[in-house]
Amino acid sequence: MNYFFERCRAIALACLLLAATAIPALAGPFEDAIAKFANDDFSDTDEAVGIIASSGNPQAFAIISALQEGRLFADPDSKKVYLTGTDGKSADAATGAAVAEVPASAAAVRLNNRLRRNIESALGGLTLMSPDPAKRIASAQSVFKSHEAALLPVIDAALEKETNKAARTAFAEARAAILLYKEDATEAEKIESIAIIKSRGDQDALALLTSLPPDQTLGVTRTAASAITAIKSRQTLWSISQNAWYGLSLGSVLLLAAIGLAITFGVMGVINMAHGEMVMIGAYVTFVVQDVIRTSYPGLFDYSLLMAVPLAFLVAGILGIIIERTIIRFLYGRPLETLLATWGLSLVLQQAVRTMFGPTNREVGNPSWMSGAFELGQITITYNRLWILCFTLAVFVILLAMLRYTSMGLEMRAVTQNRRMAASMGIATSRVDALTFGLGSGIAGIAGALFTQTNAYVTLTVFDFENSAKVMVMLILGGTGRLYGAFLGAAVYMVLEDYFSKLSPTFWQFGIGLEPVAGAVLGKIAILVLIILFIQKRPRGLFALKGRAIEA
Amino acid sequence: MTPHFLTRTLDRSATIFILIVAAVGIVLPLLNLLLPADSPLQVPTYLISLFGKYVCYAILALSIDLIWGYCGILSLGHGAFFALGGYAMGMYLMRQIGSRGVYGNPVLPDFMVFLNYKELPWYWYGFDMFWFAALMVLLAPGLLAFGFGWLAFRSRVTGVYLSIITQAMTYALLLAFFRNDFGFGGNNGLTDFKDILGFNIQADGTRAALFALSCLGLIGAFMICRFIVTSKLGKVLIAVRDAESRTRFLGYRVESYKLFVFTLSACMAGVAGALYVPQVGIINPGEFAPGNSIEAVIWVAVGGRGTLVGAALGAVVVNYAKTVFTSGALAPYWLFMLGALFILVTLLLPKGIIGTVNAWLDGRKARDNANADSAEAEDGIIKPDLEKA
Amino acid sequence: MVAAELTAIDPQVAAREAEARQKRITSAQLYLDGVHVSFDGFHAINNLSMVLAPGEMRAIIGPNGAGKTTMMDIITGKTKPDEGDVYFDGTHDLTLLDETEIAKLGIGRKFQKPTVFESQTIQDNLLLALNVDHSVRGTLFWRGSRGEAERIDRVLETIRLTDARDSLAGNLSHGQKQWLEIGMLLAQDPKVLLVDEPVAGMTDVETHQTAELLKAINRDNKTVMVVEHDMTFVRELGVKVTCLHEGTVLAEGTIDDVSQNDRVVEVYLGR
Repeated sequence: MNYFFERCRAIALACLLLAATAIPALAGPFEDAIAKFANDDFSDTDEAVGIIASSGNPQAFAIISALQEGRLFADPDSKKVYLTGTDGKSADAATGAAVAEVPASAAAVRLNNRLRRNIESALGGLTLMSPDPAKRIASAQSVFKSHEAALLPVIDAALEKETNKAARTAFAEARAAILLYKEDATEAEKIESIAIIKSRGDQDALALLTSLPPDQTLGVTRTAASAITAIKSRQTLWSISQNAWYGLSLGSVLLLAAIGLAITFGVMGVINMAHGEMVMIGAYVTFVVQDVIRTSYPGLFDYSLLMAVPLAFLVAGILGIIIERTIIRFLYGRPLETLLATWGLSLVLQQAVRTMFGPTNREVGNPSWMSGAFELGQITITYNRLWILCFTLAVFVILLAMLRYTSMGLEMRAVTQNRRMAASMGIATSRVDALTFGLGSGIAGIAGALFTQTNAYVTLTVFDFENSAKVMVMLILGGTGRLYGAFLGAAVYMVLEDYFSKLSPTFWQFGIGLEPVAGAVLGKIAILVLIILFIQKRPRGLFALKGRAIEA
Repeated sequence: MTPHFLTRTLDRSATIFILIVAAVGIVLPLLNLLLPADSPLQVPTYLISLFGKYVCYAILALSIDLIWGYCGILSLGHGAFFALGGYAMGMYLMRQIGSRGVYGNPVLPDFMVFLNYKELPWYWYGFDMFWFAALMVLLAPGLLAFGFGWLAFRSRVTGVYLSIITQAMTYALLLAFFRNDFGFGGNNGLTDFKDILGFNIQADGTRAALFALSCLGLIGAFMICRFIVTSKLGKVLIAVRDAESRTRFLGYRVESYKLFVFTLSACMAGVAGALYVPQVGIINPGEFAPGNSIEAVIWVAVGGRGTLVGAALGAVVVNYAKTVFTSGALAPYWLFMLGALFILVTLLLPKGIIGTVNAWLDGRKARDNANADSAEAEDGIIKPDLEKA
Repeated sequence: MVAAELTAIDPQVAAREAEARQKRITSAQLYLDGVHVSFDGFHAINNLSMVLAPGEMRAIIGPNGAGKTTMMDIITGKTKPDEGDVYFDGTHDLTLLDETEIAKLGIGRKFQKPTVFESQTIQDNLLLALNVDHSVRGTLFWRGSRGEAERIDRVLETIRLTDARDSLAGNLSHGQKQWLEIGMLLAQDPKVLLVDEPVAGMTDVETHQTAELLKAINRDNKTVMVVEHDMTFVRELGVKVTCLHEGTVLAEGTIDDVSQNDRVVEVYLGR
């Protein structure tokens, strides 16, 4: 409590002091300088800006920024100058007293390009003293870019006073930028500056170093050159991480689909060709949920995905159970025919959805909490991809826990590993088969629901042949013997795809796993060829089980 | 001990099949060419081309049946070989256009002029000669199948895995042929053909001749398949299908056998594609679509795999149904029907039409024998375990 | 001394010497030494060593999981050992060959679960097994010969299936399938026969006949290895017995010696 009162007293004192310094200025050079704006003369205006900027008057920032944005009005007759605030209220520039409105005779103070530059650096200098650290940093940044030599003393003074760590760095960088471009700075100063700029390492730093005038000493040129390479390689690293992030988030949806496929594979012993359609159904469930919400309960839109994900699981899962009971179970032990039947099924489902929803794209939106992005270092992380990753991990963890700790999970694992043995131990294999198949399909449905959040629409081809092929490739790479096979397969695939995108950037400019653009073809062909070659070596996948047990 | 190969190859049903195909191949063109247009028996040219298409599909079905029905290799990428044969023929037909193209370039096909090709890519050399193109119709699919099969069979990729990578193969080719800089006309493929061996490709006579040739091709392919499946090699193939590792332990080099039939089958598919292209007048990358290859497999399943006649019959029946349904009011439901066909055939009719009929006939014969004398007569039908991996 | 110097000088002679030494590696028909196989950490075969002399018949007994079938897999090239030597005729390193090459060398195998080509006739099953030209071209243009036909007839007679020669192998009873598979071994005419549980599912009479058949085959100077659980059958064969346990040899000797061995009684026969 005491502390609080202490602070209040300090603030009050500061206000008094400020007022004391401001009052004598009323009739001083500040007042005169403001009057110069009314002369409608560029050199007078320039002079006025210089005086006001260095006056230390609290009004100075407001006046110059108003001038910059054309909100400063001068009445040539009364020599009075007015400004309109960003809030639209007008005031007398010299006194800061509010006025009802700017007189009609007053005109906006005109500017030319030279003036604009000066105003900018003047503002930079002014905000360097701003009490708000964010503003100080911002102005230090603008000085960094403009490297106006005249601001060096201001920066030096600011740096001395500065206590905020981020602001100190910004000031130091700004100072380094000025020194680097200052013609009379020593070589040692310049080299030291380059080191500071290098450690900053972003696009602006790079621009600063590359546009350095040519008449430098050899030492400076060399240091600058090595700094440029260092920054560039660091930026490559960042862009790789950015790509890896994209790959991770989209890959996680594919991974979810792959896990679903692995589960159904465990039941049938065959890849389910209609798996992509399960993903599609999950996506359309999301569309329907959002559609209903939009038309009937618009307030609930932010919860749409939370409803759609479980619903997608249920719809796809129940459909999976129906499929297993009516088709798949009659085909156990006939893998090639299962392949054909599920392909037929995919045709039917595809056509059914086309009949119901039409062949065109349908819009799906992001809930507000999934829109937007934030920066992490130099990576842009969008919330939708972050949430997708979280959802995926959650599903994976729940699934693992279910398989490991519930009796249903135990039965599923038993039936998948050795159906006959499981049956003779009293497990109702047909019930487990149906539920397992439903589980795999349901997870595909979740993948579909999440997939809609990566692009703003659903189509029939939401999970087209290409994505299905990717998922199959992941499974083939990882092997189907174990659940984490899909995990490893997905990882290996993503790395491969990334590698190829680096190898022939012309064809793969779009980074890994992103929505395909034209020209991405050769890399994909390379992958497919590689897969074909890979299968030669490890026909049962990278991490397959060995031994007599797996012999067909 | 063994009869002459001709008597062995041509049993009763094979002979009937060949006679029917030959009759159709002779009679339909004659009805088309000789009868006046207003005669009720006149077969219009569009029907000749349509039936010609079916016959080409029947050859493709035979090639699939040879490897699937007899050797247990389910290729879901046979459309790739079909399309490669088609492209080889299409390239010849493109070169035949000469300076009659839109741009009038005597050497470069229109699409190359359009895409600013300065000269003919090296892989188009020689396609102005028919014999070369004909050779390529066999070599292009044959070599691809040989290379692919050599890799796959040597490392014992079987069953579903093999099916999936054949699908990946045709998908990779689909992507490649869609590219403009691949030099095969990209998206649009090869079309606007003018003539073949100097005959106008649009003329009724040429159409009829092509149809007759396709029938001849079908008979040839059928005879080759019959010769193979009735030879001792055919027995080895069935042994591989039913118990691959047992066959190995008898000292057979299984991969050589698979490679042989797979390559031969690819060449047959290539010939089918080459006969198909001049009759439909276009070849484009869509022929590589994985869906096409799988559809071809279902023709075989419908007709009855492991029976050559069934494969050919299945191709004609399914495609006729497709023509009927996709042209009428039922068009939106065709995919439902095709999908249902896949499911129903695998569930209810695993032997296909001919296989089921054969089994029924055998069963009746067995019962007759049992009635005649009470010798041991268990039901003569056995269900071969076709998918034993 | 002089001879030793000569061989040291002449590389050709040295090579021939080495080859002869190589040949002399064993006079056994089948030679396994220090063989190890593991599947995902499970040791199926553990330091297994065994020698079969030419013309010998050997019975292998042992509990389930003792590695009997895996041993046959190794000999026939289906499974590659992690370490150890496997030689045929003292000259052929079987670990370097695949199933086809090993079968062509003259090692035939009957499987535990009778494996015949069910959709083909009995006669065709035997035809496929005949050790004639197995190349693609050879089978494509195969015309058959009187000699082959006679051999098939003889085998059919031996396995008592002459009357059923044209019926499908899939229609045979379990015991008949076992016999057909032995018949296929005969048609294959190998030097070594590996016979895995030949009398499973047979009646006593059939078991006796099978024993007689195997003995007859053995008298034909063929090396035979029989895996069987049926002790009456093993006793009837009257040959040296090897008992395997946990992938290694537990005991070896006459049937009486082995069946009185304490360890064998403990792990296999039971008290």
